Amino acid sequence: MKLGLNPQQVLSEALGPSGAMRVTVGIDLGSTTTKSILLDPGGEIVGRGITNSRSNYAVAAAVARQEALTAVRFSMLGRVLDAAGADAVALQQPLSEAFRLQLYLGELDALRDEIAGLLLKPGFAANRAVLAPAADEVLRRMRLSAPALFGPGADRKSDFFRDIAGQAFVKEAEDLASGGQVPFERLVGLYDRAILDVETRIETRDFAELLGIAARQLLPAGPSADWLAAVVAAVGRAPIEEVAFVGTGYGRQTLPFPKETVRSEILCHGRGAHRVFSGTRTVLDIGGQDTKAIQVDSSGVVTSFQMNDRCAAGCGRYLGYIADELNLGLHELGPLALQAKKQTRVNSTCTVFAGAELRERLALGQRREDILAGLHRAIMLRAMSILARSGGIADQFTFTGGVCNNPMAVKVLRELVAQTYGDHITVNTHSSSIYMGALGAAMYALDDHREGRGGILPTFAVAQAA
Amino acid sequence: MSTGHMMADAPSKDAAAPVKDHSQVRQKEMIADHFDKLARAKEDGRKVVYTFVPGNLTELILSLDLLPVLPEINALQSGMRKKSAGYIAEAEKSGHSEDVCTYVKCDIGMMKSGNIGPTGQKLPEPDLLLLSYTGCFTFLKWFELLREEYHCPVVMLHVPYQPDGVITAAMRTYIVDQLEREVIPALEKLAGKTLDRNELSRRLALSAQAEDDLVAVWESAKHSPSPIDGYFGGVYYIGPIFSAFRGSEGAVDYYRELRQECEARVALNLGPMTPDGQLDDQKYRLVVEGPPNWTSFNDFWHMFSKEKAVVVASTYTRVGGLYDSGPDGKGFRHDPARPLETLADYCLGCYTNLGLPSRIDLLERYVRDYKADGFLINSVKSCNSFSAGQLLILREVERRTGVPGGFIESDLVDPRYFGKANIENRVQSFLQMLQARRGRVLQADVRGSQPSAAL
Ligand code: SF4
Repeated sequence: MKLGLNPQQVLSEALGPSGAMRVTVGIDLGSTTTKSILLDPGGEIVGRGITNSRSNYAVAAAVARQEALTAVRFSMLGRVLDAAGADAVALQQPLSEAFRLQLYLGELDALRDEIAGLLLKPGFAANRAVLAPAADEVLRRMRLSAPALFGPGADRKSDFFRDIAGQAFVKEAEDLASGGQVPFERLVGLYDRAILDVETRIETRDFAELLGIAARQLLPAGPSADWLAAVVAAVGRAPIEEVAFVGTGYGRQTLPFPKETVRSEILCHGRGAHRVFSGTRTVLDIGGQDTKAIQVDSSGVVTSFQMNDRCAAGCGRYLGYIADELNLGLHELGPLALQAKKQTRVNSTCTVFAGAELRERLALGQRREDILAGLHRAIMLRAMSILARSGGIADQFTFTGGVCNNPMAVKVLRELVAQTYGDHITVNTHSSSIYMGALGAAMYALDDHREGRGGILPTFAVAQAA
Repeated sequence: MSTGHMMADAPSKDAAAPVKDHSQVRQKEMIADHFDKLARAKEDGRKVVYTFVPGNLTELILSLDLLPVLPEINALQSGMRKKSAGYIAEAEKSGHSEDVCTYVKCDIGMMKSGNIGPTGQKLPEPDLLLLSYTGCFTFLKWFELLREEYHCPVVMLHVPYQPDGVITAAMRTYIVDQLEREVIPALEKLAGKTLDRNELSRRLALSAQAEDDLVAVWESAKHSPSPIDGYFGGVYYIGPIFSAFRGSEGAVDYYRELRQECEARVALNLGPMTPDGQLDDQKYRLVVEGPPNWTSFNDFWHMFSKEKAVVVASTYTRVGGLYDSGPDGKGFRHDPARPLETLADYCLGCYTNLGLPSRIDLLERYVRDYKADGFLINSVKSCNSFSAGQLLILREVERRTGVPGGFIESDLVDPRYFGKANIENRVQSFLQMLQARRGRVLQADVRGSQPSAAL
């Protein structure tokens, strides 16, 4: 570690003459998740963030942006550590995990406060004496087991507080309830109610402070720790200037963004996908509530598009219903369907009827895997028809949206594309394709900025409500 | 299909204190007067003929002192007055499937609910159903149903489809024969008098006069800013000529006045009145194919006007007669010197009676002549006459003109098929696409085809 290295100097060089990190912000508010991407003035991605969309869109947007800003600071931190040698670079990952742990603990505090508040309500009077200490105990145990969630090799199924905390809460509550003294359902009910409020708060976090705590836990007191503290302070203080903003997303009329900053998701998805795979001429995006087929030109500008009509059949939500129907997690559907021995022919892509058809087929003794394979085929056939309506598939073809993380959906799509349009078509998928819309939005923001009409960044002030 | 549009009230009533054009007031009076006549028809001893907009023989009907009723217009009016959902439900209750054209169901439902017309007055029952068949099979079924209800005679005029955009002498003769042998005798019998051919010619001359002025109105949209909206506004303009007034002095006066108003706006570089006020600053010039949605008409229009999009030409406003640009590139005009032949040519040339190649040619001409930035198809669920082949039209017009097309889906008068958020999303995406493709300097982000590591 080059302890003589002045972090301020490294940062100044990185930040250039303005002395501030200039970023443009893109936010894609989806029906399930909200994503944010930040670009530097050269168009490089410097930060990204994602959160669940929750009941308050403004909060979701604010949280996603906050996540992305945090990522920017981490990338600054990375530059300084890079300059300081290999042993410094090795700190990056543990620091990031320790920082996440601090965030998590902060949110656990908020959860505790919420639960305490709930327990004061008259509805809980009868059970308060049992529930209050039980909830305290659950939360205490959660704090104790928290570091394991963020250590090296930790395997988190999700990065959303709601999911991580929910899983931990249920586990500890089950444990506690197994003694027979504490009503499990009521405890979990408390969590379910409290989490809604925790999620709709915006916590202002002080990056430098939280990272400082993380750093102190990482290194023993001494010159190295002092130097790291100085680095953290410098990175935490480095000014980030958000110069332009574009928002996009599902059901755009309810987006908490000023009108002039809103861009169609179709334009954004097309452009984002083209940016990541520059050969892209056709994009299929299957999100929670809609399916879009988009044609773009060699600059990523949309030339034509089609989308599903009012009916959300065949969209991500459809798979969600199927998963619920089978008591499975959404991410389990694809892998299970891949184990099919044959594809059952499924007639309905209607979300309402699919459940009934599924039950009927199960009752007839058909294999779950085979039916699932058929369901995947049914929804991809629908997507193929929307693609055809948009003008078909030209090389290259990029598949984006939440559903592209489903391996069976991808497999079926590849087969159908090869059958229909020939096997010379390159089919691109990307594990982070969920960010394509936000990326496109950030690129439009950058255009706006370069043309001197960068949109106003919303403050999301309304978000404090609820 | 569909069509014209007799408005009891103009859309501008929702806009910020617009000054009503005088032609609008005049149209309103004409319509009120007509519905008064209909309401009194029985006591006045006047006979009533129900007929369709495309291929309507209004001059003939008026020459015999008969009163026309146009069920399509009643249906679209019911849509605008938010009555259609109930009427459609009524028709579906009596067994009409969800797939039946909603104009038909709306009309049947209205009849079953007391036949109260757009002005709140009861409509008289038909004494004759004059079925001019132009391209849509539903017309046959529709009047079959009405015949069952009203127990009145039907006389049919079969208009051969124009697949190649060419009217042959045989087609014309075929129609003239039907007029001579069946249609005119049936109308004469009903009227209790013989047709005065001079009166028919006089009326045809009036038609031609109004048609000249209407074409001038359409073509005023070649000016920028366009003084009219040729779709949302256009459906008001076609009201008189597509319904009970073609071949009347009233229509001549109306179109003369309308034309003068447009010319005055052109001189001052003014745009049309819209739900967002007067649209002088026009950002997009569009050509639209397909009928509008009537149940959310103002919402629908507003989606365009608030983005400063104006429609410079539309095909829907040509369903009751193609006066500005026929398949041969020339517009049709009624010719008093050849009364029956001219009625034949009129019927043959209605938009719904044209094949896809003619429709594509027409759209292509509109896109070029009106210097459109984009064209948009509203594909309605009800109407196969309009909707079949529209994607093909979209691709072909795009290919020929290089102008981007857009596609939205709704319905005529069934509010269940108007997905506001979905439609708005598509309209906005379409307009933004036009904007993005309009020479905006996109920063090239040329990278390899490999994913950028950062994402
Ligand atoms: S299907 Fe179309 S043309 Fe036929 S009656 Fe209905 S609206 Fe008119």
